[in-house]
Amino acid sequence: MMSEPGVLTIKPQAGPDDVLLRIIDLTLHFPTYRGVLGRQVGGIRAVDGVNLEVRRGRTLGLVGESGCGKTTTGRVILRLYDPTGGRIEFDGEDITHIQGKKLRRMRARMQMIFQDPQACLNPRMTVGSIIAEPLNEHRALKGKEKEKRTRELLDAVGLNPKFANRYPHEFSGGQRQRIGIARALALNPDFIVCDEPIAALDVSIQAQVVNLLKDLQEQFSLTYLFISHDLSMVRHLCEDVAVMYLGKVMELGPRDLIYKDPMHPYTKALLSAVPVPDPRVERARQRIILKGDLPSPANPPSGCRFRTRCPVAFDRCAAEQPAWRKVAGNRWVACHRAE
Amino acid sequence: MEVSDLQTVFWSRRTRIYAANGVSFHLNRGELLGVVGESGSGKSVTMMSLLRLLPSPPAEIVSGRVRLGDRDLLSLDPSEMRKVRGGEVGFIFQDPMTSLNPVFTVGYQLMEPLRKHLGLGRSEARKRAIELLSRVGIPSPQDRINDYPHQFSGGMCQRVMIAIALACDPKVLIADEPTTALDVTIQAQILELVQKLRQEMGMSVIWITHDLGVVAGIADRVMVMYGGLVVECAAADDLYANPRHPYTRALLETVPRADMAGQERLKSVGGQPPHLTVFPTSCPFAPRCPHAFDRCRSERPPLMPVGEGHDAACWWDVIEGSPRDDV
Repeated sequence: MMSEPGVLTIKPQAGPDDVLLRIIDLTLHFPTYRGVLGRQVGGIRAVDGVNLEVRRGRTLGLVGESGCGKTTTGRVILRLYDPTGGRIEFDGEDITHIQGKKLRRMRARMQMIFQDPQACLNPRMTVGSIIAEPLNEHRALKGKEKEKRTRELLDAVGLNPKFANRYPHEFSGGQRQRIGIARALALNPDFIVCDEPIAALDVSIQAQVVNLLKDLQEQFSLTYLFISHDLSMVRHLCEDVAVMYLGKVMELGPRDLIYKDPMHPYTKALLSAVPVPDPRVERARQRIILKGDLPSPANPPSGCRFRTRCPVAFDRCAAEQPAWRKVAGNRWVACHRAE
Repeated sequence: MEVSDLQTVFWSRRTRIYAANGVSFHLNRGELLGVVGESGSGKSVTMMSLLRLLPSPPAEIVSGRVRLGDRDLLSLDPSEMRKVRGGEVGFIFQDPMTSLNPVFTVGYQLMEPLRKHLGLGRSEARKRAIELLSRVGIPSPQDRINDYPHQFSGGMCQRVMIAIALACDPKVLIADEPTTALDVTIQAQILELVQKLRQEMGMSVIWITHDLGVVAGIADRVMVMYGGLVVECAAADDLYANPRHPYTRALLETVPRADMAGQERLKSVGGQPPHLTVFPTSCPFAPRCPHAFDRCRSERPPLMPVGEGHDAACWWDVIEGSPRDDV
């Protein structure tokens, strides 16, 4: 696809079972050191055995509370961190340990949209040069063509192409997020990790950005990994949903099944905690209120991670880690209790 | 508590920001009032103006009256005002991690209002502080009272903040986005706690949020703000079932719901929230409003009664689908 990067090509539409990204048992432990000798005393198990599949042209929502490792997972997939174990397969190719030129070529196909549109744009660069930076970096285009492409991209994300000479501070939060999206699109990627792209925006602006992401997905056949803590938005945007807790995926499945009939007790609790803007529904609802806080990822509980807060935990949960198993069709769950 | 025509302006070198432009509302005894609006809608500024918490300059309260009991809070002298803050009116801030002082123990910060406002001695204050901590659901409070804020998690810090705000049995509690920085499961814990405490202590609560979902389950009345103005105010059930201002409708329509599958595309409101550099002489929502007509752009709609205990500031009658001609 780097052969004619200037053209916004339409990629072939793939079948429903065509997996673009597969993650097998991925782990990332950050070592912690102590003392004058700097001896390693342990590790933060940020990502601890994650299995995921993202199908081509679809959106996988990765949800969980802060500190559960969802952002780290997104970054490991893009090889911004080196994984300490497991496998990442992108488009049938193992990219877990590729280096140098090969990695650079792969990076052009995978991009990221960041959470904070204020912090991820260099305030001293014009919008045009921010969007053109990936094109320079990968020596994709030069001169007139590059300018044309920049204008094209601004237009695609709904900004006036004349804005290319302005600076980020001249734009509002929603517009800045559009600039971040345009930059991610510059190299015509297949796969974009959206790391809480709407968390910092106002409600009425969120809808605009989410609609834009949907339109772009259709237009450019993009595949998204949508990281978010907003379960309502995930239900709207994502076809598949993965629920993460303390470095592990607890449940994975198609959106409608997960929301209608959650299997894992954590998913149930999470869904019951989301407030709904309707007083009658709210009053009738039975909330599952979890006790306590997220345990430390440096020293996770034995057996099942969730057992310390789980309302239905029993002896086996402390002794044995629940296996990641397939239940009915495309649903995966890690719980001893799930049928 | 009754607030009338409150107006707050921020001065900067070249411009003025009209943050609150004549806000009026009342808070009944024992009631929970939800205040909903986007960032920049003036909801926090209004509530901070009530307690005169904004530094002046740049902020200036231009006009208004805030009646609490039989006094006007805006004309009290500073020492009397200090007695009101933390004494009669408690305040919970958005970010629990930054509103607690990291160099003092939680116990010290909790005992401070008790000793200042209630004149308790050291040991009495300590006893009461432990009682408060257990009341907000902190396990083994007699040990945790000597801990520093960094030793608490976000949800626990927010519980400490609530304990501090409740220390002197306030008549009114103002909570400024108390759960925005927290995860949903922790938010559910805090919401349950506030409901419980409200029943026990019978205080009035003003709950500021940008999330219509959060207040749906707990508020008696809801007030929606936009561009420094109150655009709609009604009993919670009435407001959600029967919103009369186009902005409230837009807010309810743009947010997808976790409990039902939505439409393919989200409805979105075009445009941007208003810049508040000029005093609004027309409806601030008019540029983004699908129903806007000439009168909206020339004359600012006041808050008008549109139903039983239901006020809206709009020239357009959404039920009739025509401009309001009776006013």
